[in-house]
Amino acid sequence: MSLVELENVSKMYRLGAVEVWAVRDIDLHIEEGSFVAFVGPSGSGKTTLLNLIGGLDKPTTGRIRVGGFDVSTFDRTQAARFRGEQIGFVFQNFNLVPVLTAAENVEYPLIMVQTRPEPERQKRVADLMEAVGMADRKDQFPDQLSGGQQQRVAVARALVSRPKLVLADEPTANLDHDTAYSIINLMKKMRADFNTAFIFSTHDPRIIGEAEIVITLEDGRLVSREESGRRVHA
Amino acid sequence: MRNSMKIALRNLLRYRRRTFFTLGLIAVGMIFVLVFVSVTAWFKDMMVRNITDSYLGHIQIHAKGYVDSIDMLPLQLNLPPEQVVMIEQALKENTAIEAYTERIKFGGAFSNFEQTTNIRINGVDPEAEIQTEPLLLPRLINGERGAISLSRGKILVPELLAQGLGVKVGDTVVVVATNRDGSVNGKTFVIGGILSSATGPGGRDGYMHIDDARDLLRMTDSEVSEIAIRIKNLSDLQRISGALQSKLIATEGLKDIEIHTWEKLSPFATVVQMIDVMTFFLKLMLVSVVLIGIMNVMIMAVYERIREIGTIAAMGTPPRRILYLFLYEGLMLGTLGALLGTAVGVALILALNSFKITFSFGQQTGLVLTPTIAFSQVALICLLVVGVSLVATLQPAWKASQMEPIDALRHV
Repeated sequence: MSLVELENVSKMYRLGAVEVWAVRDIDLHIEEGSFVAFVGPSGSGKTTLLNLIGGLDKPTTGRIRVGGFDVSTFDRTQAARFRGEQIGFVFQNFNLVPVLTAAENVEYPLIMVQTRPEPERQKRVADLMEAVGMADRKDQFPDQLSGGQQQRVAVARALVSRPKLVLADEPTANLDHDTAYSIINLMKKMRADFNTAFIFSTHDPRIIGEAEIVITLEDGRLVSREESGRRVHA
Repeated sequence: MRNSMKIALRNLLRYRRRTFFTLGLIAVGMIFVLVFVSVTAWFKDMMVRNITDSYLGHIQIHAKGYVDSIDMLPLQLNLPPEQVVMIEQALKENTAIEAYTERIKFGGAFSNFEQTTNIRINGVDPEAEIQTEPLLLPRLINGERGAISLSRGKILVPELLAQGLGVKVGDTVVVVATNRDGSVNGKTFVIGGILSSATGPGGRDGYMHIDDARDLLRMTDSEVSEIAIRIKNLSDLQRISGALQSKLIATEGLKDIEIHTWEKLSPFATVVQMIDVMTFFLKLMLVSVVLIGIMNVMIMAVYERIREIGTIAAMGTPPRRILYLFLYEGLMLGTLGALLGTAVGVALILALNSFKITFSFGQQTGLVLTPTIAFSQVALICLLVVGVSLVATLQPAWKASQMEPIDALRHV
């Protein structure tokens, strides 16, 4: 069963009098538990596509279904609820809340988004901090953690609400190769542990090979889809 | 809510210097207002007490038209005996009234046999006058304490007049007055006491026994110029005055009387109004300081945290919660500022009380500064600050809650 279905999706931005098509005519299906990389040069539409799938943006044309929900029809509140329940986000700059400790950052979606009872929150946070190898640094604030450690916390935060899909926009762009590699491996492990699909964007050729499905974008168009070595031209 | 408060507090501590500067600003504003309100409240209370408890009373009753021509002290506008009896009856039945005194007011010439000057005199019943004006006897500089100083044949003389004519307690003087039909009569009196001046137009009047006044003015009836009333609870003045007016005016035979509160009779009421206006504007300044201070901080807080707002919005935080996060922050800033300002302000008021600062006001010397402020006033000012903080935070908080996460995440 497809977790993500895009049908003829296009997104146009208007810059003054100029129309810029960030993505054009995308048809895409991603199954549950997939580990997918969006690749392509800067401006190819990777981030726009992630934003559209994540309900952060609306397509100009076409339809997007995620987990059975028609994301393209949501209003603000519905989109927020959908993201809180169905999607986890990992950002290039980690984007941890600086006034919260690592554990509190992970706990945040369970308090402010899903409102889970405290015992359940504590157990989930402890389990995830352990799983991402950050249990011994749970009380440290983001500015006391390295980039790799912050991204581990961000991965735990993305998973704590048990989403079906985690979207990661250039999660390794600000990390050195070894750390980037360990983050990708962590994401893969989490995928295996929680059966959560991961879609990440990257233009780092060294980690593209870690993805099971590689979707290549150029000038907003999907130009190829490679599944475990099998290349399918769009 | 607890977690939102925790995040709000930590965000405030994140920008310590800015937070403490704003707290200081609010606190200083609060301190100014609290000290000003306490000093002016004390001053107003002291002055009102001096005026009402010395000579004016809280409420006065006159014949219609008397107050309009009060400078002439018109004897033809006295209350006739039958009206006085009816008014007395109503006053005795009214439990809100503590005491009342009947007066004959007139102007005359005061002579020490060598020099003569003008004097305004109140003819009063000593016991009733002392009960209605408890600060009358404390104004006695020289003379016998108690009603005896106003017994028949005696006169209380204002200090400035006594100094001017060089008279002292025990001296015999002559008072000459023109009675209602225009004839003149004179009578000798012994000075029973010298009265210090009180603020206001009646603060330099002389006093004599009401029967002496009637003799001097050759009055055969027990008419009076005014009835001054002391009520038990001054804060209830308007209600009591209104109720009394309604009752008296409704009584047959009392249609042509007037009832005035002290505020209508004393020019100091205008000073009180000015103080109230100044207090209002000072509070307005406090509101402005809090409004601008907190709004500035919160606008900055939102601007500096746009990406953070984008992140939490992207994670699915409902706009309402983002709104509350910032509202709590502004509310906390206002509340902490109000608490700090109250603590320091109240400490300053207590310190002012302990210093026993003395000063003079007009003819009154040795006044001890004892500023006081009611708990309700402090609570009201605190609530004002907290309320304004909330209002000041609304716009930035609303803006934060309405941000599109995708735009906020792109913010550099």
